[in-house]
Amino acid sequence: MKERQSPECATCPAHNVANLEKLGVDMTSLDFVLALAGNPNTGKSTVFNALTGLRQHTGNWPGKTVTRAEGSFSYGGKRYKIVDLPGTYSLLSTSTDEEVARDFILFGQPDVTVIVVDVSRLERNLNLTLQVLEITDRAVVCLNLIDEAERHHLKIDERQLSRELGVPVVPTNARQGDGIQALLKAISEVASGSFVCKPHRIASGSKELMGAVQRLSNSLKAKFPGLHNVRWVALRLLEGDARIIDAVKTGELAKLGRNEFQQIEN
Amino acid sequence: MKAAEKIEQSILEEAAALRWDIGDNLHDTLLESIYQDASKIADRVVSTTAGKQHFNWERRLDALLTSRMFGFPLMLLMLTLVFWLTISGANVPSGLLANALIDRVHPWLKDLAAGAGLVWWLDGLFIDGIYLAAAWVISVMLPPMAIFFPLFTLLEDFGYLPRVAFNLDNLFRRSGAHGKQALSMAMGYGCNAAGVIAARIIDSPRERLIAIITNNFALCNGRWPTQILIASLFIGSLVPAAIGGIVSAAAVVAVTFLGIILTFVVSWALSRTVLKGEVSSFSLELPPYRPPRILQTLYTSLIDRTLFVLWRAVVFAVPAGALIWLLANIRLAGLSLAAHTIDFLNPFGLLVGLNGVILLAYIVAIPANEIVIPTILMLTVLSAKVTGVGEGAGVMFELTELDSYQRLFSAGGWTLLTAVNLMLFSLLHNPCSTTIYTIYKETGSVKWTLVASILPVVMGLGLCLLVAQIWQFLV
Repeated sequence: MKERQSPECATCPAHNVANLEKLGVDMTSLDFVLALAGNPNTGKSTVFNALTGLRQHTGNWPGKTVTRAEGSFSYGGKRYKIVDLPGTYSLLSTSTDEEVARDFILFGQPDVTVIVVDVSRLERNLNLTLQVLEITDRAVVCLNLIDEAERHHLKIDERQLSRELGVPVVPTNARQGDGIQALLKAISEVASGSFVCKPHRIASGSKELMGAVQRLSNSLKAKFPGLHNVRWVALRLLEGDARIIDAVKTGELAKLGRNEFQQIEN
Repeated sequence: MKAAEKIEQSILEEAAALRWDIGDNLHDTLLESIYQDASKIADRVVSTTAGKQHFNWERRLDALLTSRMFGFPLMLLMLTLVFWLTISGANVPSGLLANALIDRVHPWLKDLAAGAGLVWWLDGLFIDGIYLAAAWVISVMLPPMAIFFPLFTLLEDFGYLPRVAFNLDNLFRRSGAHGKQALSMAMGYGCNAAGVIAARIIDSPRERLIAIITNNFALCNGRWPTQILIASLFIGSLVPAAIGGIVSAAAVVAVTFLGIILTFVVSWALSRTVLKGEVSSFSLELPPYRPPRILQTLYTSLIDRTLFVLWRAVVFAVPAGALIWLLANIRLAGLSLAAHTIDFLNPFGLLVGLNGVILLAYIVAIPANEIVIPTILMLTVLSAKVTGVGEGAGVMFELTELDSYQRLFSAGGWTLLTAVNLMLFSLLHNPCSTTIYTIYKETGSVKWTLVASILPVVMGLGLCLLVAQIWQFLV
């Protein structure tokens, strides 16, 4: 269903404006669900507002979004729902906001997870990015606040980053609305499957750990066919994550696998 | 189903068995490998074209704004400046609005109603009650809000709030609360209901409860106009006009800081008594300073905050206006209900340095703090009529001069003590009904909702009583 566009079309402002339809909170007949993840204060809510036309209050301080905000937009003939997750530094520890974010990415199974990254603090932001990429295959990295990086004389090789992470990387300055079109294009490509992500998986680790992960992954794969993030689930189980153990017990995890399976078959 | 359970059990058993092989430092190993990968990737893709001196101005500014010596004085200075701009800027438009809406449109509506032959009580209920309440709300609240909110939002957008949190963090920890409470408090300066929700960023239930209970000590949207108006009428007028604005601003800052001090005191008291426990630590990232987007800030703070709050105030002012008019016009044994209530509340009100009108206004204004001042004005006008001061059906004051509010208040028997205590009581009284409901939803506990609602009123009345007694002793 991907729309063919000539390159001229994609850069013409008139076409672009017409192509994004901000739908606010209208949630009828949605095609794709997006999650918006990222460290605190990287501009997630600003990206959210730029896409949906909503005016979620934005403020220059971390921890502003404590609840999930939802909105929708339409692009290229497809309707998207977008969920603005609370900003977190990690998905490993147990605070409520981290759990909200992680549970949505894992159990909500968004079609695309957009990871908003503050370019000037790339290394710290990559910690979260790598953790998200362990959970989901379909992600787009939004290199936000590119103007600040320029002011700090930082240059990012976004093509190299995209190769390293295995997902599309789009530089934006959401405050001014720059790069939003490219972001939309990347999102639609990942959502429709025309861009197949090969997400980076964490490589380092001791031999014993990797062996254990491998063995548990194999059993998981055999028992929950279709589950695509077995390695991550294995790691969580090894660490004794209560929420995930619970998901195994209640069959929630098995259901995730089945959903994935159906999606693949469809 | 049995088979499925078995599969699940076997997975968990396998995980438990493997856990023995890998040792107990899995979490650290994992974090380490994530950090290593992140650092490797970052090294490969980031290049810098300049030396480090480009970061300096931000660092310098941070060192200044969060310094031990200048952090607090600068906070005081910044707040005073914002209030001073608000107070000196709001006077003239407030007077103009009052003049237009109350001195001109109101008589015109009365004439119109009289011409149409409207029954007296309909005319009274709608024009003297509802219309007048809405008109007071708009003329008293719109100008200070239209100046204060954009200024506050600009500071927020610039990145000043986290520095405030940084400055306050140590004090919060020493009072047994969570450092993040500084952020929920900052949110409370906009709206306490929002501040109570923002306390979700605090994970420990004990510290979260402290943050929720003390959030009310942060003056909210609905209370800033009260503080600003009373300060400029009563405190600012004590000194020569040239420094009136700055002195009034200082008075508002003093009340704001009293709120912060009480936040610490109450947090400390709670964490030493009913809410004992460990203090958890957290890391706060100071965000970069960002040049505020002036136009967007003006737009969002006008639409989202000013008009939103104003609309809420008008919505609540409509029934309140009707209620006030009914109270003032339903007579029992020759006196209006309002007069009965005010007479009943007056002895207690005067004892704590307030008066019956103010106490009644705070009862009428439980749904929204925004309408306290308009309610006080209307009740003063109406009860003044009842007791024989002035004449006419509701409005007797030509609001052509800027000090007309003050003349109105002195007709109601106000003194400097009344004004000071009103400012204190405005800081310390029950949260509005929305906030009370939010506290209930967030805590899920009737007990803590009651504590959070009643504690401030008791403290407020106590403090007002204390001030009144000292005042009467001294004067």
